[in-house]
Amino acid sequence: MRRNLILGTALSSLVLLAALLSFVWTPYDHAALSIPDKLQTPGPEHWFGTDHFGRDMFSMIMVGARTSIAVALIAVGIGMGLGVPLGLTAAARKGSWLDEVIMRGNDLVFAFPSIIIAILITAVFGAGAVNAIIAIGIFNIPVFARVARGAALSLWEREFILAARVAGKGPARISAEHILPNIANLLIVQGTIQFSLGILAEAGLSYVGLGAQPPTPSWGRMLADAQTMVSFAPHLALIPGLAIIVTVLGLNLMGDGLRDWLDPRIRVARA
Amino acid sequence: MLRYSLKRLLSLIVSLAVASVVIFAVIEVAPGDPASFMLGVNAQEDTLAALRAELGLDVPKVQRYFDWIGGLLVGDFGTSYTYRTPVAQMIADRMWVSLPLALYALALSTLIAFPAGIYAAARRGKPGDVAVMGATQLGVAVPNFWFAMMLVLIFAINLRWFGAGGFAGWDKGVWAGIHSLTLPAIALALPQAAILARVMRSALLDILGEDFMRTARAKGLTRRQALWRHGVRNALIPVLTILGLQFSFLLAGSIIIEQVFFLPGLGRLVFQAISSRDLIVVESVVMLLVFAVIMVNFLVDLAYALVDPRLRDRT
Repeated sequence: MRRNLILGTALSSLVLLAALLSFVWTPYDHAALSIPDKLQTPGPEHWFGTDHFGRDMFSMIMVGARTSIAVALIAVGIGMGLGVPLGLTAAARKGSWLDEVIMRGNDLVFAFPSIIIAILITAVFGAGAVNAIIAIGIFNIPVFARVARGAALSLWEREFILAARVAGKGPARISAEHILPNIANLLIVQGTIQFSLGILAEAGLSYVGLGAQPPTPSWGRMLADAQTMVSFAPHLALIPGLAIIVTVLGLNLMGDGLRDWLDPRIRVARA
Repeated sequence: MLRYSLKRLLSLIVSLAVASVVIFAVIEVAPGDPASFMLGVNAQEDTLAALRAELGLDVPKVQRYFDWIGGLLVGDFGTSYTYRTPVAQMIADRMWVSLPLALYALALSTLIAFPAGIYAAARRGKPGDVAVMGATQLGVAVPNFWFAMMLVLIFAINLRWFGAGGFAGWDKGVWAGIHSLTLPAIALALPQAAILARVMRSALLDILGEDFMRTARAKGLTRRQALWRHGVRNALIPVLTILGLQFSFLLAGSIIIEQVFFLPGLGRLVFQAISSRDLIVVESVVMLLVFAVIMVNFLVDLAYALVDPRLRDRT
């Protein structure tokens, strides 16, 4: 399924490039109001049309990509940074009270969907993009902990690990030097999946007002603004929605492609 | 089975206890005093003190925690700071929207996903399989609230088959209620169905390669008979897990979908409570939702043991 990998990487790169490009160039100033130009449908002047304040939708989508990618990427970083060490520790001390505590803690965090975490944080500190990052990040921790633990457990049974132990290496060093490099592929694939889920979650949170606040452009916020105007200006809702779908679809295809490409079992089966 | 159930029950109780402490602690650190928020900045000190006593805010935190938990256990969720009505009553009213919506969506997604997944697995690699998989790939990528807006645009605004939002209320008849929940339920169900169909397909494909499937064919069952009698039943275990996990996504999704359709459910209640700083409502609704997720996962664990006897002895 090399096709998935290529198509997915192409779509994801497109969005990433748009986000990076928006730092130096957008067709128009994304925040510039121009009431006479309001609610234009897509055309040669404004490729994606304009919103109810006459702002250029194409520029807003480009800058919005920045918000989505930043939130989802940092959230994946939090999930990996905390989840992987927890999972590796649990695997290294399999069956101990530490393993039990870590895994039960994971189950507990799993019971808090990211929107619930976001609601709690917002109730206490008020809304903002940082809340969305924390909420999605916390939700990612048990995901990575489980994947890391599951994969590490089977490695601990292998002979090369035994050899490392005989050589006198402790569990922490073995985890870092031998286990981690061997599960990196799996973590990358999971990271891609969580990245795409993060994009969806960020859109949902900012749609209900728990994420990025105006004037920061975000796709979810654009959809919330579009809701009351969808009957006479459907492009306001259509375009941010399609941006989300293209990004998520691209990342998912890339994740699937990477998994097939990196998983030796499938490669052998195909050969 | 008994030992397995008891162990699960114990971990259920511990999870609920820890979750309640976490929620209480988070809400506790919230800045601002509900009493001064309710009475405004010019309130007299003695009036504030009286209100704090009335709300039970003057007792130590540990005791307040136990009062809260004790109340929850007997169905007393306290009194809303802003509406001055019992929180339990407010939640019960909203529950009549949120729960039917979640169940409706769950039923729809199962109805769509099972046949789609089984069909795709039975036709692995053929055009039918490719079409179903392509559709699910797209279904997973579509944000449900955006899909909801598109449904409103097509079926409410253009075709006028449904209302664009709001809830008719069950007192207008069951049909009116179901009718106003149909678009929200479809919006919630489709992305879920896409995930579920993929899981169903891959679970079935794993099973189809098993020896006992070959045996079933060898003893004279047709492909279809073997698929239904031995394949689907065995594939239910992973499907059940995902179904349990999806419940929390369904709850989370319905909080957002309620906003799209202006449904008076728990989601709207919690957002109103956040904006009016009615923290006791936030606290109780969040606890209720987390309770629901933990409870569903507990039931899934038990259902596992019923479906697969091998799991009963394992702990």
